[in-house]
Amino acid sequence: MTLLLMALMVTGLHAQSKSDLPNVTLKDLNGKNVNIAKLTNNGKPIVLTFWATWCGPCIKEHNALNDVYADWQDETGVKIYAVSIDDSRSTAKVKPTVEGKGWDFEILLDVNSDLKRAMNVSNPPHTFLFDGNGKLVYQHTGYIEGGEDELYEEILKLAKKK
Amino acid sequence: MLALALASGFKAGAQSFVDNSQMNGSFQTDAQYYMLDKGIDITHLENGKKLGINGFGKINYTNGNFSAGMRFEAFLPEMNGFRSELNGVGLANFFATYDNGFVGMTVGDIYDQFGSGLVFRTYEEWSLGMDNALRGARVVLRPAQGITLKGVYGRQRYYWAAYHNRNMSNSEYRGIVRGVDAEWDLNQSIPALNESKFRMSLGGSFVSKSQDTTIVNSLFYRIPVNVGAAAGRINLGYGNWAFSTEYAHKINDPSAINNFIYKEGQALMASLGYSQKGFGAVIQVKRIDNMSFKSNYTGKENDFDINFIPPINYTHTHSLPSMYTYSTQPNGEMAAQLQVNYTIPKGTALGGKYGTKLAFNMSQVNDIVRDSVMYNGQLVLNKKGTTGYSSKFFAVSDHRFFRDINFEVDKKISKDWHLTAQYINLYYDMETIEGHAGTPPVRANIGFMDVTYKINKKQSLRIELQGLWENKIHQGYHVNESEKKDYQKRGHWAAALVEYSINPHWSFSIADKWNYGNPVEEYRDHYFSGTISYIHEATRVMLTAGRQSEGVVCVGGVCRTVPASSGVTLTVSTSF
Repeated sequence: MTLLLMALMVTGLHAQSKSDLPNVTLKDLNGKNVNIAKLTNNGKPIVLTFWATWCGPCIKEHNALNDVYADWQDETGVKIYAVSIDDSRSTAKVKPTVEGKGWDFEILLDVNSDLKRAMNVSNPPHTFLFDGNGKLVYQHTGYIEGGEDELYEEILKLAKKK
Repeated sequence: MLALALASGFKAGAQSFVDNSQMNGSFQTDAQYYMLDKGIDITHLENGKKLGINGFGKINYTNGNFSAGMRFEAFLPEMNGFRSELNGVGLANFFATYDNGFVGMTVGDIYDQFGSGLVFRTYEEWSLGMDNALRGARVVLRPAQGITLKGVYGRQRYYWAAYHNRNMSNSEYRGIVRGVDAEWDLNQSIPALNESKFRMSLGGSFVSKSQDTTIVNSLFYRIPVNVGAAAGRINLGYGNWAFSTEYAHKINDPSAINNFIYKEGQALMASLGYSQKGFGAVIQVKRIDNMSFKSNYTGKENDFDINFIPPINYTHTHSLPSMYTYSTQPNGEMAAQLQVNYTIPKGTALGGKYGTKLAFNMSQVNDIVRDSVMYNGQLVLNKKGTTGYSSKFFAVSDHRFFRDINFEVDKKISKDWHLTAQYINLYYDMETIEGHAGTPPVRANIGFMDVTYKINKKQSLRIELQGLWENKIHQGYHVNESEKKDYQKRGHWAAALVEYSINPHWSFSIADKWNYGNPVEEYRDHYFSGTISYIHEATRVMLTAGRQSEGVVCVGGVCRTVPASSGVTLTVSTSF
């Protein structure tokens, strides 16, 4: 009996775990609450990128992502959420910066770094890719020119699996 | 049979339990090896220290509505420029949270903030060695859609100091902090407003500290046992417009920072923004008067801070523009800031094929005006034990602390070339901000150019050129022998960096910073360094060798001075 129980437990342990999106609530640019655990994209991939208005490489990465975003959406249906970790000294600048630069991503505000801590981000930029079920499949820290190409290869892999 | 049924029931329970279990974590180590370097005047090692290591490891566990985590820290010993109180090893932070959306409860070390933080903010900033987490409990209630109520209670972290009253020495004492906050988002709670163009939310907080009034026994002043601070805030939006403001008031709170005066404190922040695709502008104003709020009234600098006074000026990231960074003056400041972002559309003469991104920013900070008050029939100003001064709310002093006017162009020239250039005009009152009495202010023009060339799909080259030119202080300026130390980084600077990257893993760079126009000849030094960095997914390894100039590292208006050094730095970080 004990053996059976243990065997059953082991099967339990090997079961596929559910969403990796943490239960943290942030605000969007209109002040609306958004629970990260409930983010969905009709089964298509989701990208979360951490950035800040004062982070040079982040701005570069987002400019580069924005240039290709429309194509990526057409080809894979991916949705990008750009999580700003700006605190109260610069939250008022986030919206004008985003609009002024013409970015098309969904913007979320992580004013006191709650999501940053929950997802173990040390320094921005830090990019996460989730599949349609919220399972984390890829992450990358830092930005090197052309880094978006590698991210896109991973997104394509997910899109093909479908 | 029964046993089997039980076992399968247990299995089902265990399975969903295990299914929902998640672990993640991160780890980082920064290590520095210090060497003597007569060229930049390092003739002895600080405290004879050859090696400094800062490290942490943290683990988070989540299971549905439950989460818990802990962080271990080690400073063996701390790197130069970090506070010596950090020296040590231990479990610095732990917490457990249950949150089902209606009610949330956290026990342990809490990071939270009310509004913009004017009366309460606890946070952690690894690069500064700063952590003022509140050890205690927090309750969050969301009784109806759009309404959030919060309560916190506890004692703050002070490096490795004990949390028990009886084990605390006066220099490590922290009073009990209690706070409540309420926020009401009208758009979420009133169905008719759900999709409205008009947006509104209101919030209010109250925070008090309860302190031992005998930690400075020489005082004959009566220190208040309880000090309360309250704040109210409004966020309004209509279409492309956004307005927000917060006002905070604190009762009398004599402290070492305000020279033990009994004046009440005030803070006001407001911002107005307009944005549409391709254009964004925001104007911000701020008034701070006697708003340092600490859980130990003898604390200096940022120790024991309960609140956070956000600086609103532009944050520079390149090395020369960020050399003179403003830090908040909690005793009083009047500040204003304007930022405009504009993208010249694609396909126009100036926009070219990819569009051109422009940014303009101007910020200025002045002192508040302080008038003398009557005390025992005499006019006194900022005298210990009195109400200190009176201050007209909208009056701005002629004493300017800081001004930054800058203009940036960001342009993708072709498929392979990218250019960013910025011009900055800077005024920096070194005497006030850094506390070097008698040193003249920095008035400088700064420029940089950052060019990236994509060699092919994998490789790229980046070149950075920067210059900082002071208006008055340069080669010809006479410095008295006795004041030499205050001029260590003054005068003209030039800097260059070349970086070669192979996507996605490698990057190599060499850089030089040269203080060629320092008024003191022996300070006209080169600061050469080389860096190799390797990134694999969420793991980063970085090795830097060379000289580091004396400077200030600032995050969020909180700054840490880094002494000049020579040696090797290794950073390893990963998360999973």
